Amino acid sequence: MPNASPFNRLESNSNTWVTLYIEDQTIQVPAGDTVAAAILSAGLLPSRATPISNSQRAPYCLMGVCFECLVTIDGKENSQACMTQVQDGMRVSKQIQAPDLNAANTREVKHDK
Amino acid sequence: MTQFKTGSSLRPDVCVLGGGIVGLSVALGLQRNGLNVSIIDEGDTGLRASRGNFGLVWVQGKGDTLADYAKISRLSAQLWPQFAQELLTKTGINIELQQKGGLFLCLSDDELNQRKTMLTQMQKEANGDYPFEMLDLQQLRDFIPEAGPEVVGATYGPEDGHVNPLFLLRALTECFIKQGGKIHHSGKVCKLSKQGQTFRVETTTENYQCDQIVLAAGLGNKELAPQVGLHAPLTPNRGQVLICERVKPFLHYPTGHVRQTNEGTIQLGDSKEDVGFDTGTSTQVMATIAARASKMFPLLKNIRLIRAWGALRIMTPDGYPIYQASHTHQGAYLVTCHSGVTLGAFHHGPIADWIANDQQDFELEAFHAKRFAI
Repeated sequence: MPNASPFNRLESNSNTWVTLYIEDQTIQVPAGDTVAAAILSAGLLPSRATPISNSQRAPYCLMGVCFECLVTIDGKENSQACMTQVQDGMRVSKQIQAPDLNAANTREVKHDK
Repeated sequence: MTQFKTGSSLRPDVCVLGGGIVGLSVALGLQRNGLNVSIIDEGDTGLRASRGNFGLVWVQGKGDTLADYAKISRLSAQLWPQFAQELLTKTGINIELQQKGGLFLCLSDDELNQRKTMLTQMQKEANGDYPFEMLDLQQLRDFIPEAGPEVVGATYGPEDGHVNPLFLLRALTECFIKQGGKIHHSGKVCKLSKQGQTFRVETTTENYQCDQIVLAAGLGNKELAPQVGLHAPLTPNRGQVLICERVKPFLHYPTGHVRQTNEGTIQLGDSKEDVGFDTGTSTQVMATIAARASKMFPLLKNIRLIRAWGALRIMTPDGYPIYQASHTHQGAYLVTCHSGVTLGAFHHGPIADWIANDQQDFELEAFHAKRFAI
């Protein structure tokens, strides 16, 4: 449900906006936002399903501890949306299944700085 | 002034000191024997091995120098399905017990040969009744296709398995409370004594009276045991555990170093360090654990780690449990071991029956602390 987010953005002084792609939506958010904030404002709910029971989840703690906000960011699966800042051109998709290490042996994890 | 709880309705038959997996397993078995049981648990400042362990129900190789230990480990593994079912029925909690065998992967011929010698000897001592299989890499890949090229082979123990240790702890706790048990978090037990037929347990904030006491306080038993005529020469041995992100299940058998939970989490472990009571982690040991795991399963090379911890094993000098009744303080029992998960069903069954009835259906002599020179 695009743009059905219950979240309203407060006015801010941010002049710099970036464009990112969340599933099939193109959205603009202020630079410095987290991907979790962008997901909530875009109304991408649920943003993932749990690996075994397929229970639906969305960003929750927004501080890196609950792991409910896992999404795929630029092809990198199981990324914590709340701990990742948006970047121009970023592509975000739902984490519908647990990553399959056998299928993804080519995936290279960029180590966080 | 200290208030003693002397009313008969408040006074339990037995106080179990320690509310971890060992204490709770024994306590449930005592309840099954019709006893009114209280657990005195230190609280969150305790060392808490029950919250830091690896969750294996493990048989292969255990008791290579003590046949009785091999026997009780196997007996416990055999008793586990019934115990797990009982916990499910009474609490609705599935502890995720899986016992379709476990694998111990070896990265060198030497290591594999040593295990073969050890398990063959154990089989001989058990008159042939000790199942295991030697696997080369190709045979191992029938179990786990993802085993890496540096793996030389593995030993397979058909009786090995694992549980979710946190669900286990929760199920034991809920079951105990549902059956009328009381858990008191009233600080460290500082004094044990016996007056007439009555034991007194004094913690930093409360006092309790009861007819029997069970020392199941892990490393805390060392200080408590001498107060009731028992001997518990225990030392901590640290194991570090790494937790990885949840991935699609691929590891369908637990191994001695790596396992995957029902939810997809990969758990890495099996380090042994003598560092006193330090429950921390160290980069060097974590790196060693991670490097070994990626040799065993190269597909783990790019998995993300999400947390790590250290936890302390409760070790006797020979690594085997102490099960002992006090002669000087009749009614006091010591139950201490480092394999509280594996031995849980044994503690809930034969050990609890032994304490409740003071009858030995099985040979406990091997687990007496007199084997350690005082």
